[in-house]
Amino acid sequence: MSTTTTPGAADAAAVRRAIASAARPPRPGALSTALAFGWRGVLKIKHVPEQLIDVTATPVLFLLMFTYLFGGALAGSTAAYLDYVLPGVLVMSVVFTTVYSGVALNTDLTKGVVDRFRSLPIRRSAPLLGALLGDSVRYVLAGTVVLGFGLVLGYRPDGGVLGAVCALALVVVFSFGLSWVFTVVGLVLRSPTAVLNGGFLVLFPVTFLSNVFVDPATLPGPLRAFVAVNPISVLATAARSLVDGRPDGTAIVVSLAVAAALAAVFLPVTTRLYRSR
Amino acid sequence: MTGQPALAVEATGLQKSFGDTRAVAGIDLAVPAGAIYGVLGPNGAGKTTTIRMLATLVRPDAGRARVLGHDVVTEGDAVRGLVSLTGQLASVDEELTGRENLVLIGRLLGHRRPAARARADELLEAFGVAAAAGKLVKHWSGGMRRRLDIAASLVVTPQLVFLDEPTTGLDPRSRNQVWEIARALVAEGTTILLCTQYLEEADQLADGIVVIDHGRVIAEGTPGQLKASVGTGALHVRLVDPARRAEAARVLESLVGPVALEPDPAALSATCADARRAAIGMGELGRAGVGIADFSLGRPSLDEVFLALTGHPARTGPAAGEEPAATLEEQAS
Repeated sequence: MSTTTTPGAADAAAVRRAIASAARPPRPGALSTALAFGWRGVLKIKHVPEQLIDVTATPVLFLLMFTYLFGGALAGSTAAYLDYVLPGVLVMSVVFTTVYSGVALNTDLTKGVVDRFRSLPIRRSAPLLGALLGDSVRYVLAGTVVLGFGLVLGYRPDGGVLGAVCALALVVVFSFGLSWVFTVVGLVLRSPTAVLNGGFLVLFPVTFLSNVFVDPATLPGPLRAFVAVNPISVLATAARSLVDGRPDGTAIVVSLAVAAALAAVFLPVTTRLYRSR
Repeated sequence: MTGQPALAVEATGLQKSFGDTRAVAGIDLAVPAGAIYGVLGPNGAGKTTTIRMLATLVRPDAGRARVLGHDVVTEGDAVRGLVSLTGQLASVDEELTGRENLVLIGRLLGHRRPAARARADELLEAFGVAAAAGKLVKHWSGGMRRRLDIAASLVVTPQLVFLDEPTTGLDPRSRNQVWEIARALVAEGTTILLCTQYLEEADQLADGIVVIDHGRVIAEGTPGQLKASVGTGALHVRLVDPARRAEAARVLESLVGPVALEPDPAALSATCADARRAAIGMGELGRAGVGIADFSLGRPSLDEVFLALTGHPARTGPAAGEEPAATLEEQAS
């Protein structure tokens, strides 16, 4: 076999040379391993762009449906409603994308590749941190699609480009915190489909029972109380205030605090579960 | 590889249970450095769990193991810096290309991007998969995937490689290539711990073999010693005339070994300790004028090894033995 020169065959002599020539580089730092895993996440978006269609099509459909079907009835005119609903749909689209962090992690675990990562001399949390870096690229893309689509429909934010960028940044940071919830779900449930279904089972009601689509003023008392404390409402209020160019300091700080709290609780749980798998 | 201890792996009393299942029930291992050491056993014998404990992926419930002089529990990071694992299912990312897989591993091991790329290309070339380097791995064949998997283990040359069933589900040509690679690795001074359920594979590659079953070591030795304990296999004979089977059975019983009559009324087989005796037995049948339709000398299967060592057949039914192959084929298609 060692003399086989068929194309597509391993060449034993070359294998020996390759083994003998390998240099051992110094161990990489935590940042460069996280960046390498982030690069992996971006490559996956590049190779499987369909997954982005999934997360952007739903909000775009909602945007169209709510604006043109209910917009006139809810806010007097479709244009006025678009002003109200667009920041909300921005929140929804990016928040929905966090479920895919859990799905991606669960998919990895069903394959052998996690064994490879875990047998490397790197920090065991590096794949998780890196995956979320890659995911934040996905969040930015999902948010940009919604904002861009809004512009096409005639949405003109008072806060200008700066307001829109700040709103997007806030939503992405919030989602970074929220995604640790779904990495835990991804580590606990058995299959990627279960993670997807479970995630949306929670996110759908939480997103709809908020001020994303309707002004809560008309809601019955107990529901209005829930909507008021729902973090998604707070985030939508904060995003609205930013795109309108009148930042609501309280809503912004509360959104960031919720994100930090979610990360503080669920990040350690994620790393512990990941280590013990 | 100076400064490497004489034993690459030293384990005593390793145990691991998953729920009520005792996967590993007390395994001792002493794997000499610089050779291929085979761990032979049927599906579910505890091979993979043992390897996963040694590669620091699973923490043992009891017992101790040192890999290249480092304790797998207290010095896991040092162990991970010296070993590579090639898992039972290919441990590569199917949604990346072959080159991206190797560049990723290179970067995770500390190479800068240009060095990681150069190393990836060198390995892709040496392993004969350069032509497919830019394609997503999920479109690769099982054999190519397995070679990429091994290449990923060699981005930085490890001192010890764990090969977990590296040829299960591969066609003979791909299997031979994996064997060539394993031999090349050892020639460069790397130690290999090879898990396999194929006696032939252990025979071809391993300098020493340990046989495990039900999570315990049941035999240990060189391939030669192991084979001597089972014999060469079985001599299968089919006669032209079924009426002469009793006569043929007497001849083979006296010259070759214990005879079993097969369901086919013209067929019989004899356990054979030595190929030379099979030749003598066949010669005697010829001299006696017994017409032979067909005969063959079978190599001992893992089942026969187990039968000889434990008195019970290996727990792998024919279906269980096919399982990994089917999985790989599914992935390849």
